[in-house]
Amino acid sequence: MNLNLDFGAILERWPMFLDGAILTLQLASLATILGAVIGILGAIGRRSRNPVIVRICGIYVEAIRNTPLLVQIFLVYFGLASLGLKFSAFAVAALALTINVGAYATEIIRAGFDSIPRGQIEAAEGLALSRTQIYWHIVLLPAIEKVYPALTSQFVLLMLASSVTSQISAEELTAVANFVQSDTYRAFETYILVAVLYILLSLIMRLGFWLLGLAIFPRRRRLRTAL
Amino acid sequence: MQTNASVVSFRSVEKSFGALKVLDGVDFEVARGEVLVIIGRSGSGKSTALRCIDRFETIDSGEIVVCGHRVSDPKLDLRRLRQDVGIVFQSYNLFPHLTIEENITLAPCAVKRISKAEAKRKARQVLAQVGLEDKLNSYPEQLSGGQQQRAAIARSLAMQPKVMLFDEVTSALDPELTGEVLKVIETLAADGMTMVMVTHEMGFAKGIANQVVFMHRGKVREAGPASILTSPATSELAQFVGTGL
Repeated sequence: MNLNLDFGAILERWPMFLDGAILTLQLASLATILGAVIGILGAIGRRSRNPVIVRICGIYVEAIRNTPLLVQIFLVYFGLASLGLKFSAFAVAALALTINVGAYATEIIRAGFDSIPRGQIEAAEGLALSRTQIYWHIVLLPAIEKVYPALTSQFVLLMLASSVTSQISAEELTAVANFVQSDTYRAFETYILVAVLYILLSLIMRLGFWLLGLAIFPRRRRLRTAL
Repeated sequence: MQTNASVVSFRSVEKSFGALKVLDGVDFEVARGEVLVIIGRSGSGKSTALRCIDRFETIDSGEIVVCGHRVSDPKLDLRRLRQDVGIVFQSYNLFPHLTIEENITLAPCAVKRISKAEAKRKARQVLAQVGLEDKLNSYPEQLSGGQQQRAAIARSLAMQPKVMLFDEVTSALDPELTGEVLKVIETLAADGMTMVMVTHEMGFAKGIANQVVFMHRGKVREAGPASILTSPATSELAQFVGTGL
């Protein structure tokens, strides 16, 4: 066995990797923010009193969770193209990832909503709060707090899964790696570096979610309870 | 007879859960400033009757009028009704992610649209009423059960209800904590608050009730002044209060 690693040519191209990593992080951030919004709306929709809305949200969640991400990306990519709409690879990638993670977030947040005790809702109703006010003031934050670890893990998974968007030539980290390895013939070294970069991106996201958690769950901060 | 002073009135109220008739022609009347205590075995329908007042349960037939709102009317504006009615539950149901002050100011700000400053002033006032001025910035989980229940009472009071409902509010508390909660309720009664309560605290009921309703199998089996607890007319009530016959 003769393992001969040479990172020289790879590290020379660090600005490309940096650009790729930044693009990956941008994709992930955008999809996380929009996905969280879709997740909240989807979860409210799945608990709606209107059976049509419940059905539509259910179909969305099941369709996304039972098809591969790559296929979803191609569907958005070719779907938009066949409608004559021209978008950048980044925009298509962001859209597809948002649609994907929105479905998972819907299920996770719905579980959070379902975990709020009936007594909380009754107490709020007894105080004459409206349905919207109850969602906003009583249900939303404690629900998200309950599922925060699951939800943030899902967003980190999404960041890792965004590597698939290299298939439609979004110039994120994995696409950069594909390019560099074919340029340098140093495939193994390239993917070692890329793996390390993905680990760093994951840690950055987890740190971000931890800080966000401190900001939006003041009780946790003040009582020093673990999330 | 519904007089002008009547705050809550039930007329021939019936309700079933499936085949089980939980309210079977219930009638009673609560005048302004009066304390009505509903007693009875578990499953006798007393909690259901109380929850019908705030329309947490809908009735099958009969009529309920609360503070001029026809509760039995399907077109009723529920939020108008619930601004006039305060309810306190057995399990406190404080909002865990909000401080005691935020628990109290939420509804006055969101529903009555009063200013934050005014709501905070009100919060201090109602917390003083239940003896918890120092817990303004605590979270519910930092309070004992008795304190949580008193905070829940304060939260209801901040909405300035015309009638307060208490649904077995001391059933989850030990005797000492029960005492501190009951004392708060006694003060409210002395201040003239109209109240309907379901309780198993017979001694307390005797002291506070203007009117006692004993429910048995969905019916009002016996009703009258607090003295019926010491000299019951029916064998069921006698058995329930433990004097025997």
